[in-house]
Amino acid sequence: MDQETDLPALPDEAVVLAARARDWRDAVELAGRALAASGATDAGYATDMVRMIEKHGPYVVVAPGLALAHARPGSAVRRDGLAIVTLAEPVPFGHPYNDPVRVVLALAGASSARHLQLVAEIANIFNDSDAVERIAEAETPDAVRAILGVAA
Amino acid sequence: MKILTLCGAGIGTSGILKVNAERVLQRLGIEARVVAIDASMLESELDDAQVILTGPEFVDTIGKTFADVIVIENYFDTAELQRKLELALG
Repeated sequence: MDQETDLPALPDEAVVLAARARDWRDAVELAGRALAASGATDAGYATDMVRMIEKHGPYVVVAPGLALAHARPGSAVRRDGLAIVTLAEPVPFGHPYNDPVRVVLALAGASSARHLQLVAEIANIFNDSDAVERIAEAETPDAVRAILGVAA
Repeated sequence: MKILTLCGAGIGTSGILKVNAERVLQRLGIEARVVAIDASMLESELDDAQVILTGPEFVDTIGKTFADVIVIENYFDTAELQRKLELALG
């Protein structure tokens, strides 16, 4: 089901494959750094994403192995953005059902409405599919882009 | 009928639950309005809601309610969502 979507581009800077993370915080910060490197957000967005999890718990682990890290639109968001971090060693987030995490998908939306549209697109990709598994095992940014149906 | 999907910011994981709930409800032929919210909107939206879909972390936040609280494990598993919605809506 590799298809074109309405998601923002995923440049090489926004993809980190087989990364090593000490803990969930480290994994989310890696994804935040990738988002900032792509130009979609300021560095502070990584901290915003970590704070969301500190405040509300590991609810961002929405499916087995997948964390959907995000924060509210705000001054740290320059434009819609997407980043993917895959972990060489899976990391627990403390989620009762979906630990450990192998893939962190970080999302930034320029507005709340836009953020909701983006998560709807993401749902279309991950519904009833083995997309998490395929992304976790991707060896190149091109392979990740093909699974998500996004441009570089 | 009104269904709430609840998460931390009201724009992320609740959005996934919203699109997938709408998909399942259409499949079941059930008419409902699905609203994605964060905890700060709970009080104003809860009155006429019949069902709340959320993750395990938010059950305590919701507290006592007449609405059916459905805890979703895998947000992308529409079969799980359909099973739990059917059970709640009987």
